[in-house]
Amino acid sequence: MTDSTVTAPPPKRETKSLIYDPKARSIFFQVLTLVGVVVAVMWIAHNVSSNLARTNTASGYGFLNGRSGFDVGQSLIAYSSDSTYGRAILVGLLNTLLIAVTGIITATIVGFIIGIGRLSKNWLIAKLCMVYVEIFRNIPPLLVIFFWYSGVLAVLPQPRDAIQGPLSTFLSNRGLTFPYPIWGDGASVIPIAFVIAVIGAIGFAVWQKKRQMATGKQLPTGWISAAIIIGLPLLAFLAVGAPLTFDYPVEGRFNLSGGGTIRPEFVALYLALSLYTAAFIAEIIRAGIKGVGKGQTEAAAALGLQPNKTTQLVVVPQAFRIIIPPLTSQYLNLTKNSSLGVAIGFPELFSTGSTSLNQTGQAVEMISIMLAIYLTISILTSLFMNWFNAKMALVER
Amino acid sequence: MKKTLLSAAIGAAVLGISSAASAATLDDVKAKGFVQCGVNTGLAGFAQPDASGAWKGFDVDYCRAVAAAIFGDADKVKYTPTTAQSRFTALQSGEVDILARNTTWTISRDTALGFNFRYVNYYDGQGFMVPKSLNVKSALELSGAAVCVQSGTTTELNLADYFRTNNLQYNPVVFEKLEEVNAAYQAGRCDVYTTDQSGLYATRLALSNPDEHVILPEIISKEPLAPAVRQGDDKWLDVVTWVGYALVQAEEFGITSANVDEMKNSTNPDIKRFLGTEADTKIGTDLGLTNEWAYNVVKGVGNYGEVFERNIGQGSPLKIARGLNALWSKGGLQFAPPVR
Repeated sequence: MTDSTVTAPPPKRETKSLIYDPKARSIFFQVLTLVGVVVAVMWIAHNVSSNLARTNTASGYGFLNGRSGFDVGQSLIAYSSDSTYGRAILVGLLNTLLIAVTGIITATIVGFIIGIGRLSKNWLIAKLCMVYVEIFRNIPPLLVIFFWYSGVLAVLPQPRDAIQGPLSTFLSNRGLTFPYPIWGDGASVIPIAFVIAVIGAIGFAVWQKKRQMATGKQLPTGWISAAIIIGLPLLAFLAVGAPLTFDYPVEGRFNLSGGGTIRPEFVALYLALSLYTAAFIAEIIRAGIKGVGKGQTEAAAALGLQPNKTTQLVVVPQAFRIIIPPLTSQYLNLTKNSSLGVAIGFPELFSTGSTSLNQTGQAVEMISIMLAIYLTISILTSLFMNWFNAKMALVER
Repeated sequence: MKKTLLSAAIGAAVLGISSAASAATLDDVKAKGFVQCGVNTGLAGFAQPDASGAWKGFDVDYCRAVAAAIFGDADKVKYTPTTAQSRFTALQSGEVDILARNTTWTISRDTALGFNFRYVNYYDGQGFMVPKSLNVKSALELSGAAVCVQSGTTTELNLADYFRTNNLQYNPVVFEKLEEVNAAYQAGRCDVYTTDQSGLYATRLALSNPDEHVILPEIISKEPLAPAVRQGDDKWLDVVTWVGYALVQAEEFGITSANVDEMKNSTNPDIKRFLGTEADTKIGTDLGLTNEWAYNVVKGVGNYGEVFERNIGQGSPLKIARGLNALWSKGGLQFAPPVR
């Protein structure tokens, strides 16, 4: 038996020619590819620069410091037509991130509900969820955006006939206007209290876990943490004398003035992207849960775990490993699809970027900036999700 | 006033689809047998395909006049519809030979973008349109209004400057495409529509209820709309410029498409020189064209007045008055240097 495992030595190659050396060959082809790529890049760069010179077009990134001269409808930071092009791009970037973050959170929640609903034993719920998935998965996102935008605009009244909601909110085709909070003196302690509360809640959770390990006793961690996180800032707020006033919207000649406004462009884009992506996430969730072997559930039942504990401790952790990688690409999709907001005039990165492009004529520079920004957002999202995935991955012992 | 396929633009810029962009555009145009003209994607009166798909309009007739001067045939034009955003890249990349697309002549477009403008074919200015029901009499009453505007235009910049200078608040509602701006205004997303006055008349006509909208009296900017060509090709610039002046000059001489053949027998030396009937004249050939170039222009599209009235004036639904675009001798700004 031992003798038979000995294999014959490979036959010596007669020729020493490099052509027959697999290592040399692979290096040769890699170098060839690299040279090809470098030449192609250089050719493109040369072509661009010579064409720009030929057409007498100005080039360089100096224009970013110039006065933009145009206004933007919605901005998270102070911006006016006196601001620079660079700031206009930043405004767009922040709006893109706003849509991405709110959209990803909503899409994940809705996707989870729909995905689990589709697995429900209740026939009606399962079918409703299936219809949802099939409708949204089979419509292009641009159409969904227009559906919401036209829907929002068509249904809502003019600001002069705005629907008045509770707490001085107004709903019209200019958006949802609400009293805008204005914080007075001493309000800065509230975010500090919030941060302390979060740290405290995390500390409490860690302590509780240790205690459970040691004694087997459990405390309602979720409720207590929530009480800390909400209670401490609230106490701080009351302690400094409730320094909060509101800027109430009042009816102006054309619009409601004052207050804060959520514009219909944002609402349409947010709803469309969230609900569209949720359909894909629902299928990923369903696949993840289905992907956990039936034996796992049965084994958990055999050990005497209750059904909800089985889901919580056995199925979901294993499903996560299947869910996270495809979930990452859905998050990236949602972020990139936010550029469709340009169609309904939502000032996201692509919108302010292409306006800057057109006002300056710096096509190559602006496109390169937008490419770099989208690439950076996507890579950061991927890195985070890979880290999260590694944390969730099966730790083999 | 408006835009193009960004991707096509970038493709053109990066890959340099640029055979037509060599220095001697006139030779290239003669060699390929037609003028490639960048026009608006659709602006009533200026450039719009009619029911049969043929392009019609004030800017289109300018392209036709250029073709007539070069080939003696006004139909030798191919049109490239461009949006406000795509128009400049289309010209820079050599996709079009001329951009005749209600484009405002500004210093930065003349310099940084690498274009040349010389002949202004329409003197315009930016205005505002509001629904009558708002009872607005002046643009200075517009504080707090939501304003619909197309992005990437001089209009967008003038709007910001005007409201800032007059200390008025406003809420910009910005779209990339003209159609989207129109739809938003029609749907009541904004209270005010702003663009060049000529564009306001054209847009109002396209609304479902034109009578319920008024155009405010204020003109807040100078918008000299001029055909553009690439820098660095003076010969082509000369051709494009003098075709424009020929239209104006013909109106001044009283030469129309109807009487141009008759005028060829004129004994007036100015008219003889203009129509190329003077003996041993070199005016057309020095331009790189035939001596009949101006005759062909007038024969092909008429004089400036005819083109104006037919497309945007009294002969059209727009009914725009000549105003600044009347001849200099009639109180307007249209003035042609002497053909001599």
